[in-house]
Amino acid sequence: MNRTLMTMAVLVFGAGTAAAEMIAPMDVVYDDGAVATSLTGGAPGDVDSGRKIMNKGAGNCIACHAVTDLKDLPFHGEIGPTLDGAADRWTEAELRGIVANAKMMFEGTMMPSFYKTDGFVRLGNAYTGKAHEGDVAPLLTAQEIEDVVAYLMTLKEE
Amino acid sequence: MNAAKKLASAIALAAVVATPALAGPDDDNLMINEELNMVTETAAPAHLQDAFDTIYSGWRFRTDETQALQIDDFENPAMIFVDQALEYFETVDGTEGKSCSSCHEDGPEQFAGLSATMPKVIGGKLTTMEDLLNAHRAKAMGAEPWKWSGPEMQAMVALIGLQSRGMPMNVAIDGEAAPFWEKGKEMYYTRYGQLELSCANCHEDSYGMMIRADHLSQGQINGFPTYRLKQAKLISKHNRFRGCIRDTRAHTFAEGSDEFRALELYVASRSNGLSVETPAVRQ
Ligand code: HEC
Ligand code: HEC
Ligand code: HEC
Repeated sequence: MNRTLMTMAVLVFGAGTAAAEMIAPMDVVYDDGAVATSLTGGAPGDVDSGRKIMNKGAGNCIACHAVTDLKDLPFHGEIGPTLDGAADRWTEAELRGIVANAKMMFEGTMMPSFYKTDGFVRLGNAYTGKAHEGDVAPLLTAQEIEDVVAYLMTLKEE
Repeated sequence: MNAAKKLASAIALAAVVATPALAGPDDDNLMINEELNMVTETAAPAHLQDAFDTIYSGWRFRTDETQALQIDDFENPAMIFVDQALEYFETVDGTEGKSCSSCHEDGPEQFAGLSATMPKVIGGKLTTMEDLLNAHRAKAMGAEPWKWSGPEMQAMVALIGLQSRGMPMNVAIDGEAAPFWEKGKEMYYTRYGQLELSCANCHEDSYGMMIRADHLSQGQINGFPTYRLKQAKLISKHNRFRGCIRDTRAHTFAEGSDEFRALELYVASRSNGLSVETPAVRQ
């Protein structure tokens, strides 16, 4: 986490060149639920890392979604649709929008908003049950969102 | 957009249909000790009819192995705690030198039916069984209060609940109870925490589905306190609420708080009509 924050800081405040500008959660532009530009400002997502985020930690996508490609992992949920063929149904920009804040694409959906830092009711300090204090980190970092999107783009059936 | 949403729900439906073994409540019938037939499925109470046609006990969502533990009191691990409560009932405690049985000579049986109507408003205050027991310990016995989710308290709540086992849940939601009930209802539909999930998201919109390794029930409280196999002890209603809110990455409420009293009344009213199952066994 610390390393990720540092990377972000470098990306945001570093070098001062026109390259790599990370987009903060508040600044993401949704167009009909889709997000056209990479949240890291270009650095491509890492498919293997994305695959891992699907399973564990703050991602935990398979708590709600079944994915045949991940069938080596136990306990896939059925709250959301199976993600098999997700890349056939959605463009990269749409998938980025869905993962960053699914409520922009599916009004009122149960799917958590992974790249959002405000508007919560009784925000807690992770899973401790205590109140959150200080700055709010999104559930997934910009890089992690890009990694998950890169992984989802591999889910093709056609 | 609409088309996409339709597609998504069509796929969700297909996923559910593809795993019929897991979807929905099962068809098992709960008969305890081969004599006490329990209502684990009934028409939803009037106030819930926009949400459900039918309400189901959490027992119907558990595995056969877990279900079996509740069919016979000799198998039910909660009964050890009920027996302990029977001992407390006879034990002198507090400055008045009295036990419960000093005054309640006929034993806990005299409380039959009480738990099915709790919580209720007494003297303007929404009162749970835990409140009743502690107030009463202080007043009648001069004894220290029990901790809300502590072993003595929950064992006694279970013992008194057992006297209503098989009777339909029947909490009042009108009159003096109405403002508390409204507050509890509002909480039930509030999407708490960083995951922004309400009780209704999981227990109304998604019951019968798997969330990770858990088979979601309607989150009924007709079996509380329940013996949870995972924790190997009796779990209070407020402890369960606390855990469910914490798991949304939220700042949860305290056990014994006014918020949880109100939520308890509302959730109990969603169980109206189901048999009291106390003490139930859950995973
Ligand atoms: C709490 C449950 C939940 C979690 C956790 C969750 N989702 Fe979802 N997701 C849903 C639901 C429900 C939908 C269906 C959208 C709707 O509400 O109509 C959905 C829809 C989607 C879709 C579009 C579905 C399609 O193929 O048509 C994608 C892609 C998706 N989710 C990806 C993810 C990823 C990636 C993660 C993890 C970072 C994730 N979800 C975590 C519940 C969840
Ligand atoms: C000094 C006598 C006395 C002792 C000791 C006593 N009680 Fe009571 N209890 C009463 C009386 C009198 C009532 C009925 C009036 C009332 O509700 O306060 C009552 C009522 C109750 C009720 C039912 C209230 C209702 O609304 O129907 C419960 C439950 C109860 N007692 C449990 C206990 C338990 C458990 C103990 C031991 C921890 C205990 N009592 C000890 C005198 C006593
Ligand atoms: C993320 C999903 C989720 C949310 C949100 C949630 N719960 Fe639960 N709850 C569960 C799971 C999983 C279980 C264990 C399986 C079951 O019985 O559904 C459970 C169990 C319960 C039970 C025990 C049911 C029984 O049969 O013993 C109660 C009561 C309950 N929840 C109430 C609530 C209340 C009240 C809220 C809102 C404050 C809430 N839950 C929010 C997931 C959730």
